[in-house]
This record gives sequence, structure tokens and C-alpha cells, in this order.
Amino acid sequence: MPPAFRLLAAAAALALAPLPAFAGKTLDAIKSRGQLACGVSTGVIGFSAADSQGQWKGLDVDVCKAIAAAVLGDPNKVRWVPLSSQQRFTALQSGEVDILSRNTTWSLTRDAGQGLHFAGVTYYDGQGFLVAKKTKVSSAKQLRNAEVCVQSGTTTEKNLADFARAQGIKIKPVVFDKFEASLKAFFSGRCQAYTTDASALAFIRAKEAPNPDDYQVLPELISKEPLGPAVRRGDDEWFAIVKWTVNALIEAEELGITQARVDSLKSSADPSVQRFLGVGEDLGKNLGLDRNWAARAVKAVGNYGEIFNRNLGAESPLKLPRGLNAQWNKGGILYALPLR
Amino acid sequence: MAGRRRSAWLAQALILAAVLALAALLATTTAGHLQERGIRSGFDFLLEPAGFALGESLLPFEPGDTTLRAFAAGLLNTLRVALPAAALALLIGIAAGFGRLAENPLLRGLAGAFVTGVRNLPLLLHLLAWYFILTDLLPPGDAAFNPLPGVFLSKSGLALPWWGEAGFEIPQPAGFGLEGGANLTPEYLALLVGLSVYSAAYIAETLRGAVLALPPGQRLSALALGMSARQAFLLVLLPQAWRAALPPVTSQILNLLKNASLAVAIGYPDLVSVAGTSLNQTGRAIECLSIVVAVYLALSLFAAAISHRLEARLFREQGE
Repeated sequence: MPPAFRLLAAAAALALAPLPAFAGKTLDAIKSRGQLACGVSTGVIGFSAADSQGQWKGLDVDVCKAIAAAVLGDPNKVRWVPLSSQQRFTALQSGEVDILSRNTTWSLTRDAGQGLHFAGVTYYDGQGFLVAKKTKVSSAKQLRNAEVCVQSGTTTEKNLADFARAQGIKIKPVVFDKFEASLKAFFSGRCQAYTTDASALAFIRAKEAPNPDDYQVLPELISKEPLGPAVRRGDDEWFAIVKWTVNALIEAEELGITQARVDSLKSSADPSVQRFLGVGEDLGKNLGLDRNWAARAVKAVGNYGEIFNRNLGAESPLKLPRGLNAQWNKGGILYALPLR
Repeated sequence: MAGRRRSAWLAQALILAAVLALAALLATTTAGHLQERGIRSGFDFLLEPAGFALGESLLPFEPGDTTLRAFAAGLLNTLRVALPAAALALLIGIAAGFGRLAENPLLRGLAGAFVTGVRNLPLLLHLLAWYFILTDLLPPGDAAFNPLPGVFLSKSGLALPWWGEAGFEIPQPAGFGLEGGANLTPEYLALLVGLSVYSAAYIAETLRGAVLALPPGQRLSALALGMSARQAFLLVLLPQAWRAALPPVTSQILNLLKNASLAVAIGYPDLVSVAGTSLNQTGRAIECLSIVVAVYLALSLFAAAISHRLEARLFREQGE
């Protein structure tokens, strides 16, 4: 079934479905259901993809697990809903999922025009180009009259057009609705370049290319792609829970709270660590949760640094550098809002 | 009698009113829910700049042009592939239909194998196969096959000398690719071939059935008059069979038009592809899809109207 028809079906469901309850009711609904409905991708390694055992893995997956741990006390109480890039917003708007954690770029139109609230940035990405080395292209500015393979349903097509206009060159997009078809076309030599987010390019070069050494990722990033989880508008309490759980994962790295040391650090003398772990002050009650919510989140999936290393960084097949996604005091721009 | 007719009218009017009320309810409920969820709706985005480029377009199109123009370019791209594909499908279909009825066992076998092979595979598979055969087999752009001066065949497509902005142009290498003249991309070629071959198999079977339904004396008389088998088929059998075949062949052409919406699978920027991209840039799912629905409905009704007129004419000419 073409995505357009699935979407039409979703749109029809949106029109006919009874209104879900609002104002703080998302949390109640999740608790009574005993499960968090988490919208993920249909398979982006490092962010959200099912492994050979059918277990979902990735940074976006771990965000949902952390929230399930904070809210339900169990990181495995999650229903995974794989969504295409065209289905994702409708699925969130219509209440099919509680949270969209699916490498989605936070932009003005999406935030203000599509009934969403982005709860934070979990990965600072940018759009780049992958080219065959034999084309002798070393900069994206040399792609005059080039054909560039793109997967539709993303912000990529617009960024590509913006880049071409800014450079005064003509670039012909060849737009596919399926990831696999767009890759096949690129590797068959149909296009001189392939464009998508740089994190995905690293994966494509390492895992999909017939011979990774024949291909290179160009140095230029032509856009800012802050990726993060989003919730539907109209439930500020739920929005706050997601926002502060994301913050807690980042803050935990800064405070040095790791998955292994969560329990032993409860005796720490550092007031920030105590607050985080719910030893002194009870921060959880502000969110409608108990005092151990943040400790459970970190215990379930580790802090942001551990999540990054496991899924995208040194311990993963992608081996992406931390880059912008390092802490603010380590040369990156990750800056957790204070938990106090 | 009059009373019964009146009550029948009343029933129909009531049903119509109920359908209209249901449609209105659906529209207002949807609009209400969209507003409640803070989702912007409306068709105003059509007049704003599209912001994305199209790989190929009959209608000149730049990212700064309006989304409405992008839809128009997408529609023209759909027609640009569907109309020639329909003509090709008819030609191949008539040829294969004739082959199926031929006395020559080789010709009959080949035509039979063609119809069986083509009809039993899904169209999407046809398109992907044609596309990847083209992109795998053709040489890369910098080593284009150059059979005639100004004609280049490569992974970038078939470039031909053609009339452009600067009069008659001959394709010239520029950057990656060529400038000037016309270029038929592999996406276009694969879609054109895939659609026409697929529909041709169905048209061939329809024609075969229609010819077989004619009294056998028609063919025998034509042969007795000294016509060749081909003359008998084209001059005697086909014109008569056409009458019975026209409605199903029209359906097949309509199917071809709608099947062109699979274009996005192989990267051809048709109407559905443009709608999908616009939908994602603007988030106006219902609006973009309803445009596609309206356009396809209008196209199909238009094609059906033409077919009805043709039928009416055929029956006037041959009916009595």
C-alpha cells in the first residue's frame, strides 16, 4: 500500500476517532494501559532499529525506555510503533503514540504549525553529502548539475534546494519514497551524490556501500538538524515529564552518575547528586512522579554519554565522534537545564 | 402510480440529504479536531514558495515558485508519462493480441509467453526491474554512449538535441551532466516502458477475447476474399471487435493513468511525489491528499467521458 493511502487512512481515523482526554490525562492513560506508546522509525541504525532478535535498539529507543522507567518503573513497558516519515506526525497528533522519538528535526513549522511540542534535543545533526571517490569531488560546491538521490518525506529536499540556490548552482534531486530504492539507485551510479543527515551517511558508508573505501562523506554540513522527541500539544504535564527526563539523562552525564553507580552514589555528599537521585529534595512531585524517577531512568539506560557510546559512538558500529553532542564543558553544546 | 413515483423521489432526496449531512459532519468534525490540536489547516500554503526543486519538469519550475505551480508541474509530469504510455500500450497490445490469434505457432507462443509473463507479476516489480536494469547497465555520465552526434545515453538518461530557450540546442557537457536539448531520465524511461508493457498485456487479452467473440465466418470470409491474416485482423476483425473491447480497454487506460502514481518508487517526480513532499514540508496532510484525489477523479472522469463519446459514435456507425 503506498504511504499516501496509509496516510489517508490515518487521516480518516483522525477525523472519526473519539477525542482522547486532555490536560494531564496522557500520564493517566499510560498508567492505566501499563504501557508507553513510543513512535520510532522503521529502521535507522543507531537511532531506532530492531535487531535480529526483534529487540529495539538505539538512542531514540533508549529515550523512550528512560521515560517508561521514570513513569512506569519498567523500561520494557513500551509498545514500539514503527512509523514512516510521512506517517509520524499524524500518528502523534491522533493519539496513536504518546511520544514521537524518531530522529525528527525540530523546526519552527513543525513546532508551531503541526500541533507538536519538541521536548529537547537529543542529537545535533546536520545534512551532508556522500559521494563516490572516483568523482573527484572534494566539496559540495562542486556539485554543479549533479543528480542527487534523496529519500522523500524529510526536510532534506528543501535544504538541498536552499543550498543549491545559495551557491547559485543547479542540483537535480531524484526523489524516492523508499530508503532502500534511493540507496540502490545511488550505489548503481544513477546519482553523483546521496544526501541525508550526516549521522545516517556514516552508517550508509560503513554498512551499505559495496566497498566503504570507494566513498567519502563531504566535509560541508548544509543544514542544522537538531533531532529530539516530540509530544502532542494540549498536555503540559506530559510535556514536562518528557522534557525533564531528557534533561535528566544529559545532567546525569555531567554529574558523573552512570548506570553502574546509580545505587552507590545515593550516599554521595554532593547536593546536586542527592537531589538527582531523590535522596534529599523530592523533585519528582513537581512532575507528578515519585522521588526516584530520575534514578530509575539512568539505571535503565545509563546517562546520555553511555547511551551515545552504546548506540552511535565508540562502542557502536557507527563510531561517530561526539562533536557537537559533547557536554558544554567538553567542547560540545549539550547543556542540561538544572534539576533543582 | 404517480404516488409511488413521488415516494421514490422522496426516498432518493432523503438519502441524498443524509449523505450530504454526513459529509458536512465529517468536514466540521475534522476541522474542529485540527483546530483543537493546534494543527494549521487550509489551502493558503499553495500560494507560498514551494522551497524544493524537481529533478525534471515539463513546466519550468524553480524552488522559489509556488506550491501550486509544483502541483501543476507534477500533474504535467504524470501526463507526460501516462499519455505516451497509453499510446504505446495500445500499439503493443494490438500487436500482442494479433500474435495470440496467429496461426504461426512461434508467434502465438511468443505472444502467449509475453502476456503470461507480464500479467502475472505485480506492476511495482516491473517498474523496479526496468529501473535497476537501466541504471545498472547504462554507462556512467562521464563515459556516455554517444551513438549519434548530440545523442548521449548514460545513467543520467537519454539526451537528445531539442528545441530549448536558445532555439535548437545540442546537449553539451557542463559540470556533472549535460546542458541544453532534451533529457529523458532513466526514471521516465523505466516508467514509460513498465506502464506500457504491463497494460499492453491486458489490452492484448481483451482484444483477443473480443475477436474470438465474433462469428467465425467473419474471419473465414475475409480470408476467402483473398486477404492475408494480418489484413483480415486489422481491416475486418479489429474494427468489429473494437466495439466490444472499448469499455474494458478504457478501464485499462484509466488503470494505467492511476498506476502512474507508483512513479515515486523509482524517483520520478509525478503528482503523488510532489504531494508527498509538500505534505512533509507543510504538514497539510488532508489538504495535499484531497488535491491528489480531486485531480485523479477529474482526470478519470474526463477520460471516461471521452470513451463514452467514442462508444456512442461507434454504435451510431455500426449499430443499425
